[in-house]
Amino acid sequence: MEVVQMQRAWVEYTKSLFREGFLDAQFQQLQLLQDESNPDFVAEVVSLFFEDSERLLSDLTFALEQQSVDFKKVDAHVHQLKGSSSSIGAQRVKNDCIAFRSFCEEQNVEGCQRCLQQVKQDYSLVKSKLEALIRLEQQIVAAGGSIPMEELSF
Amino acid sequence: MDGGGGSRENVTAGGGYTEELHVLAVDDSLVDRKLVERLLKNSSCKVTTAENGLRALEFLGLGDEKRTSLEDNVSKVNLIITDYCMPGMTGYELLKKIKESSILKEIPVVIMSSENIPTRINKCLEEGAQMFMLKPLKQSDVVKLRCNLMNCRS
Repeated sequence: MEVVQMQRAWVEYTKSLFREGFLDAQFQQLQLLQDESNPDFVAEVVSLFFEDSERLLSDLTFALEQQSVDFKKVDAHVHQLKGSSSSIGAQRVKNDCIAFRSFCEEQNVEGCQRCLQQVKQDYSLVKSKLEALIRLEQQIVAAGGSIPMEELSF
Repeated sequence: MDGGGGSRENVTAGGGYTEELHVLAVDDSLVDRKLVERLLKNSSCKVTTAENGLRALEFLGLGDEKRTSLEDNVSKVNLIITDYCMPGMTGYELLKKIKESSILKEIPVVIMSSENIPTRINKCLEEGAQMFMLKPLKQSDVVKLRCNLMNCRS
């Protein structure tokens, strides 16, 4: 694929992620922080987010499997996940965490388990989409092109 | 915890002050530490990060191990920005410790939180916090921060 085609694909793909609510304006803030002196910033932060989230989702699964669920602990994990997803602009995951916290407050195990499934689903989706986006960016750069951030006017 | 390299004098030959701030950023979230670091560096700040209150205090010379020469790190730090919700020592508790210290109390402390809770905000401001910022942080927040600090200096 030619650079111009890849750039166009990148613009369309990014716009669709915002349109479909996977990402929000905070993700644009991350993109704004990336430049020639920090060309991998977004990829680095996103990678930290993946590591963090996987650990938290695993801790949540374990905590909710216990005979006697420690809701304080569950809430603490969800709070962390909400924070990091909010910081990178992973909107659906963030919103899932907000709902999750209400069930923690109500000490509703089934509600929490449903929320956990929802979060896992949305996390998995945003993860594959962000990976695809970053791969596309890397291809553009490898082909000598630049990422057309300026075309993302909303 | 990572440091920022060698120190740089803030006073120029003519007696004026350079714009460079040395900021100590404290947050238990890896994602948020990375984000705040980049935001601050993009605003020409030198940044040191710490993952919790204890590490922050150690860096500032208030740790368990007493140092004979406190000047090193203390004189370098112009601003401390800390997350509120941290396991162990909260941002509020860190703020208190700093304000109780004769050596550190003059350093402005900014509290960040993902939760907009008026009683929490007031509590921090009453304890001497310079500013309270809502997460997730954006570039415009750092601009506001610098303005706030400049106004206080003049």
